[in-house]
Amino acid sequence: MSFDNAYEALTEDNDTRWAFGTGFADPLAGLDTTVPSGVDAAELARTCLWLGDDALIMSHRLQEWCAAAPELEDEVALANIGLDLLGQARLLLARAAKADPSLVPPVNQSDEDALAFFRDAADFHNVRLVELAGGDFAFSMARLLVFSTWRLALFQRLVDSPDQVLAAIASKGIKELTYHRDYAARWVVRLGDGTELSHERMQAGIDAVWPYVDELFDGDSVLRDEFDAVIAQVMTAGTLKQPPIHSVPTPGAHTEHLEPLLAEMQSVARAHPDATW
Amino acid sequence: MVSARAVAETVTDPELPMLTLADLGVLRDVHESTDGVVVTITPTYTGCPAMDAMRSDLYSALHRAGFDSVDVRTVLSPAWTTDWITPAGREKLASAGIAPPSAAPRGGGPIPLTLTAPPKRVACPQCGSMDTELLSEFSATACKALRRCRACDEPFEHVKEI
Repeated sequence: MSFDNAYEALTEDNDTRWAFGTGFADPLAGLDTTVPSGVDAAELARTCLWLGDDALIMSHRLQEWCAAAPELEDEVALANIGLDLLGQARLLLARAAKADPSLVPPVNQSDEDALAFFRDAADFHNVRLVELAGGDFAFSMARLLVFSTWRLALFQRLVDSPDQVLAAIASKGIKELTYHRDYAARWVVRLGDGTELSHERMQAGIDAVWPYVDELFDGDSVLRDEFDAVIAQVMTAGTLKQPPIHSVPTPGAHTEHLEPLLAEMQSVARAHPDATW
Repeated sequence: MVSARAVAETVTDPELPMLTLADLGVLRDVHESTDGVVVTITPTYTGCPAMDAMRSDLYSALHRAGFDSVDVRTVLSPAWTTDWITPAGREKLASAGIAPPSAAPRGGGPIPLTLTAPPKRVACPQCGSMDTELLSEFSATACKALRRCRACDEPFEHVKEI
């Protein structure tokens, strides 16, 4: 294969091997995406969109640790976890679009790209927990612990979804989230039960995350009990205190952190809407 | 003429080129009919970025072998498990310096939290010593962990059990 210049090779359609993951093929390629009878397509789409948004925004926050993590092993770990969640986001957003095409902004992009890059903050349905700006490692580990504990419990339910695609995404995701939760929990324990300074900072991370926990459960006490049992185990091992429950007002709205995040994440796709990836 | 299955079984994994997709358990089915060939594959991890490369390698291999109508489909369920890596695949991994996985955890019911990495008996693929330690649950690809051998001091990768 010969090209006139190096860049030409990058847009060659027939060979995606120049770098993995850059051929933005349909992530549901070859799957039967018919919505089963008895399933409300609009509701299924909404569920997938919300779960997809959580994964997408959380993945972006994890990617911010690339070249900034305290150790190489943790950089690799956080990038891996971010990649798993990005994979979940691709499948869930594509599933949402197939179930309810009216959700997809009318731009000349694949469904998942249109949903990720051409919606504004008000149209995102992620929980506020994932959009909070990080930068502190202890805070990030507290958030990852809460996020993966909640999502793992949720996915264990979704394996029974009547929609075979969502059920399959959940059963695959469970294996990944188990690793994510263990990774975060071990760091929370190590820092909590570490030096005086690391304990203080870990507790501050937990305290900062806690106001955003209530929103995850929307009154679902069964899921909440499962979550609480795991968190209590980690808090005890890490000699940390679970803060009292108090939620931040106006649930459902976004924090001021989401718009700057989207501005960065969406800038290239919006500046070059006709670009070939 | 060689069968479509035989051709598909020669295609190697883009990240672990010492293994074929069949060795890895990613190649789930090859169905040949008068309408053409339907190949079914499953991703190891949801975010596995090599799926497109696998698809395109399967297309090219089958086209080269004279199969004009080829459809590569993905299945997510049942989810891939390292138990599907064949005995031949495990031998190839070990001889390439990558420790193969042991049996994947099975289970129903709530998934237990593991606050300390469970001690695993993983043999060093270089010197065979069982005195090895975990460095990181995550490594250069989603499916591998990083370990070190205390006997020969060499780091090595280990395909983690899922």
